[in-house]
Amino acid sequence: MIVERKKLNFWERLYIPAVIGGFKVTARHFIKSVFKRQPVTMQYPEERWVVPEGYRGAPYLVKDQEGNTKCVSCQLCEFVCPPKAIKIIPPGPAGQLADRPNAEKMPAEFEINMLRCIFCGYCQEVCPEEAIFLQKDWSHVGTNRAEMIYNKEKLLSLGGTHAGTQKWKHKLEEAKEQENFPVKP
Amino acid sequence: MSAAPTTETKPTPSPVETITVKVDGKAVTVPKLSPDHTGTMVPTNMIQACFAAGTTVPHYCYHPKLPIAGNCRMCLVEFGTPAMGPDRKPILNADGSPKITKAPRPAIACATPVSPGMEIYCSTPSVKQMREGVLESLLINHPLDCPICDQAGECKLQEYSVDYGQSASRFVESKVHKPKRIDLGPRIVLDAERCILCTRCIRFTRDVAGDDALGIVNRGSYNTISTFPGKPFDNNYTLNTVDICPVGALTSKDFRFQMRVWFLKETKSVCTSCATGCSITAGSREDKVYRYEPRENDAVNATWMCDAGRLNYKWINRPDRLKDVVVRGEKSNWTFALKEISDQLAAAPKGSVAIIASARQTNEELFLIRKLATKLGAITDSIPRIGSGDSLLVNADKNPNVNGARLNGICFTETGINLAKIASGIEQGSIKTLLVFGEDVLKRSIASEQLKEKETTSEVVEEHSITATLLGKLETLIVSDILPNQTTKLAHILLPGAAHVEKRGSFTNTKGRVQKFMQAIQPPGDARAEWEFLHELVYNVTGQNGFKSIEGLFNQMAKEVPAYNGLSWSGLGDTGATVAI
Repeated sequence: MIVERKKLNFWERLYIPAVIGGFKVTARHFIKSVFKRQPVTMQYPEERWVVPEGYRGAPYLVKDQEGNTKCVSCQLCEFVCPPKAIKIIPPGPAGQLADRPNAEKMPAEFEINMLRCIFCGYCQEVCPEEAIFLQKDWSHVGTNRAEMIYNKEKLLSLGGTHAGTQKWKHKLEEAKEQENFPVKP
Repeated sequence: MSAAPTTETKPTPSPVETITVKVDGKAVTVPKLSPDHTGTMVPTNMIQACFAAGTTVPHYCYHPKLPIAGNCRMCLVEFGTPAMGPDRKPILNADGSPKITKAPRPAIACATPVSPGMEIYCSTPSVKQMREGVLESLLINHPLDCPICDQAGECKLQEYSVDYGQSASRFVESKVHKPKRIDLGPRIVLDAERCILCTRCIRFTRDVAGDDALGIVNRGSYNTISTFPGKPFDNNYTLNTVDICPVGALTSKDFRFQMRVWFLKETKSVCTSCATGCSITAGSREDKVYRYEPRENDAVNATWMCDAGRLNYKWINRPDRLKDVVVRGEKSNWTFALKEISDQLAAAPKGSVAIIASARQTNEELFLIRKLATKLGAITDSIPRIGSGDSLLVNADKNPNVNGARLNGICFTETGINLAKIASGIEQGSIKTLLVFGEDVLKRSIASEQLKEKETTSEVVEEHSITATLLGKLETLIVSDILPNQTTKLAHILLPGAAHVEKRGSFTNTKGRVQKFMQAIQPPGDARAEWEFLHELVYNVTGQNGFKSIEGLFNQMAKEVPAYNGLSWSGLGDTGATVAI
């Protein structure tokens, strides 16, 4: 495709109107911050930015409304993670049972390397259990690399609660209702 | 022994009667009869003709190595046969081609024999609709456990759902719930909700393993796979049912929640637990082996393997693996240790060296050891390991490569007959240096009743006359091993070796099948594949330079050892080649 270049007219070629236009913007900001006292900067860290809705901050694990770990260690986030920031250690055959009854499985360890994380949100998108969400934390501080690898405990404590559909609980309730049917002798 | 090696176990069969059929318009010629699970010749089915034509037909209950059940209905296809006139002659179309009458209803491809001139239609809209319908009905009571199901990633229900599934369920009633996490036996967990009742497991254990342990109980929607009450499902082939289960109903206790299958790197390998040498696929991730699965090889193991062999991988990841080169009690390095060994061997008078190799080493390593032994005039042997075998796959000889050791001249018709000679040589002082590869010569046989508790039966060592006192008399004891044991403790020079999944090589099984295996993971620490340092040692001692790659080494062995003449590394392929033994 060939983009046609419009010929500049006389005023445009004169170049001074564009300079004046630029100065107008500068003057507006100058007046706003010096005379009207409306600064564009913040007094960080006393003052902190409130992020808009939908901001992609750090991914954290969430608990359900009953305080149980939602993650079932399906490792889809580990698989989809482009920078390989997530590492999950599955429970194995003799591991701890899941918090949520009937879910069978819960990670033995869940690590996110916040230095590697690119905050893309794929983990949240792929999670079949609604167990990981990108939250609003945008400031991560640590004094060494090991500190920037968040473990399961830390991720869960930072993540808070997310009320969901509780499908495993409903399945269990449904199964319990059926225990008397068919009628057993 | 000098007979030319053949690449097939059976002689070429006499010309077979064939039938030509059309699959989706593509003509394909198939034999009239094909072998069934027992090897008996039975009429070829439509599904086999479809596979021969390169058309995939989705199926759950059909398995080429099992009897036909025809219960899942997933392989329904439409077909037509040439129409016959009243004169019993085919009616022809205007263009001279035979007129095809389409069958009024579909048929299951797995249990309908082909007939001459038959046309099979696999991609008509109604076939697609039938598959969608069957899949929807199978999913009615399926729990959709995929996030916690070990089968996820290799599940036929998932795969066909991608092809024929609906995006949303139309089922508004509540699902039938069945028992979950049932302990079927020592190695198997059953989740009855996930089961689609294809009966592959029942047919396998009844007709292949010969243990009629499983069956279906209850009626209608409550159908469940079960064992006889109180009887565990515990034969030596139970884990094969996990492989053939198309869904996640039967899962392995050993692999339960260990790793998701899509992370596992699959490497073609060979089982080392007995002389059968089943072809396997080793699943590994980040230098850790997670599981073995049988790999199809009709010349050795069909598609099966025993549980003992399958679970015999945990020692590879053991933390106490030998990782350092140790020379006279001090940590050393390969350069120093190999120089020391080469100097000593080169200076050793003829006949003062003995070598105990292992029938767990590869053909290439045994070939190099033979070269070393010939130069040194060394007496060689390996240690026999005898256990119990069965009529299906397990061999009584627990060494994977006794035939390799025989063909390379390391041991003789009977393994271990030279051990007494070595013992008396050490006793009399004529043997001053002993090289031991991958064997604990101080280990003695374990009582057979204890064997049942052990996961593997490959640790039996026969009685022989080498003792710790005798080893103490040696001037130099050079040991290469993988795991620490009593012999490695006494070693003057200790060389850490690699497990078979950590190196490449080949084994010759009990029937003379030469199979190669590939490297799945890296050896730990300083450990090195034996053939790598043996190659260096042979060069230092004999001055003969061999090949530095395993391909070249194998090809050199094939040239120099008469039994392997005519073989080549690339020619072995995935399933190997048979040599005369």
